[in-house]
Amino acid sequence: MSDLFRYVFEPGFFSSGPVHVALAVGAVIAITSAVVGVFTVTRGQSFAGHALGDIATTGGSGAFLLGVNQFWGFLAFGAGAAAIMEMIGVQRRRGRDVATGVVLGAALGLAALFLYLATQSSSTTGASFTILFGSIFVLTSSTVPALIASALLALLTVLLLARVLLLTSLSPDIAAARGVPVRAVGVAYLMALGVSVALSAVVIGAVLSTALLVGPAATALRLARGPVRAAITAAVIGIAAVWLGVVLAYDSYYWPPAGRGWPVSFFVVTLIVAGYLASSLRRGGRRPDEHAAHDDTDAERACSPA
Amino acid sequence: MTAQLLQLDQVSVRLGGRQILRDVSLRIRPGEFTGLIGPNGAGKTTLLRVILGLQPVTSGSVLIDGAPRSHRDSSIGYVPQKLAIEPDMPLRVRDVVSLGLDGHKFGIRLPSRARRERVNDMLTAVGAGRYADARVGELSGGEQQRVMIAHALISRPRLLLLDEPLANLDISSEQGVVSVLARLARAEQVAVLLSAHDMNPLMPVMDRIVYVAEGRVAVGDTDEVVQPEVLSRLYGRHVDVIRVHGRILVVAAPEGSDLADDPFPDDAAQDVGIAG
Repeated sequence: MSDLFRYVFEPGFFSSGPVHVALAVGAVIAITSAVVGVFTVTRGQSFAGHALGDIATTGGSGAFLLGVNQFWGFLAFGAGAAAIMEMIGVQRRRGRDVATGVVLGAALGLAALFLYLATQSSSTTGASFTILFGSIFVLTSSTVPALIASALLALLTVLLLARVLLLTSLSPDIAAARGVPVRAVGVAYLMALGVSVALSAVVIGAVLSTALLVGPAATALRLARGPVRAAITAAVIGIAAVWLGVVLAYDSYYWPPAGRGWPVSFFVVTLIVAGYLASSLRRGGRRPDEHAAHDDTDAERACSPA
Repeated sequence: MTAQLLQLDQVSVRLGGRQILRDVSLRIRPGEFTGLIGPNGAGKTTLLRVILGLQPVTSGSVLIDGAPRSHRDSSIGYVPQKLAIEPDMPLRVRDVVSLGLDGHKFGIRLPSRARRERVNDMLTAVGAGRYADARVGELSGGEQQRVMIAHALISRPRLLLLDEPLANLDISSEQGVVSVLARLARAEQVAVLLSAHDMNPLMPVMDRIVYVAEGRVAVGDTDEVVQPEVLSRLYGRHVDVIRVHGRILVVAAPEGSDLADDPFPDDAAQDVGIAG
């Protein structure tokens, strides 16, 4: 038993400072991403999440070029772009996808330029990698409080808006008729999404950030029915993927080819995809045709005088 | 005279240079079942959106209980036209009905027994109790309509607006939805304004009819309104009302056969077809 334990957790795992930070910050970010992600999928805004990830890449690489921690770049561009997107209404796939594609291409092109300039001037070859694919093992202690505060802010925003967001995804007209400021709620939600994308970019990289956001949520939505259960399931899946990813990445320092470790983002994303595929094998919920035939009897019962 | 629950006076709506509603006046008394009948594109949805405050009027007034409508008004329940609910939407039937109570409020709420019972009672009342824990996106059209009616009624509105709730339903679900509505409207003293392009399923329950065509309305008892003269004036061309096998069919003459004394000569000719 203890052999197995030692096999899973390679020596030094529990005494490593960066591992502690990675596990703690990773869990907080996984919870936030998962809960925000449930609403992203419900509102059909997964595409917006992906777009924000691309734009955050530009922010992160720009920040690096300026010598600022890349999280601030992710955050500024993610949240800023979110506000602009909701205002001009490009967040949904239908309609302006060509314009969006062009803007996103430009954003990544700019990111390439920033990263090239930054690596030329500082000769830090790992920079591109941490921005594009994550840096959870190399978090600087000064950003940790900012990461946690941002995560709590995004989480609280979404909890505050939870019922209104659900009503709006059911029908924006009903929500508007009941006095919900639908537009303002949409802007606030998309900004929380931008913050989550920035946080997720820190863990698994800007390019992959939507995986942590949308993957656990989409899996949870296949398994759990009510919104509360879906959010909790998504959070558990998110934490499991991040923690397992950290463990495997730590272990991989003892793996071939070079003994220099495999990236965390590879493990996290692979685990999330595996979970999603597994959930499609076992789909919860009744099929529509199962009960459609009973509609008549139900109608009769409802119509008979009480 | 009974107090008016809803009163529209001379309401006109212009959208993008097109006149959608012209000089619409109507009154609805508490507990009345009114059918809002007319062909597709006649302005029924716009009229409902005006009453809900979602569509500003170009001129005219809308009064509820004798006062202009205030936002956050829970006295009107609303069932919109064809909701496209994805099967992955994480809302069970009971969640949807519960959102009818407080979906417009901020913050989270703790579960409560009283609330759960109220939701269950409402679901039983519309005959949807059996699938309370199913996902709403997995239900059939008729089942979804019942759930949305429960969602709209649970906040105890005094007026319930339904936009084409019978569209795309098979005949038995259609009858089921209509009788649930009629029964609840009487029991809870809720006035119902229901839009439909076919008046026939509503004939047994309708107290009054608001017939819409070309943005104009004719209001009254079914027998007064569904007459060739009244509807011909509304459509601006010759219309026949045919009663066959207990059903009413409204049939417009082909284009180009306008009335000699067409009261609205500038109207764009429009294919009316069978409207009821």
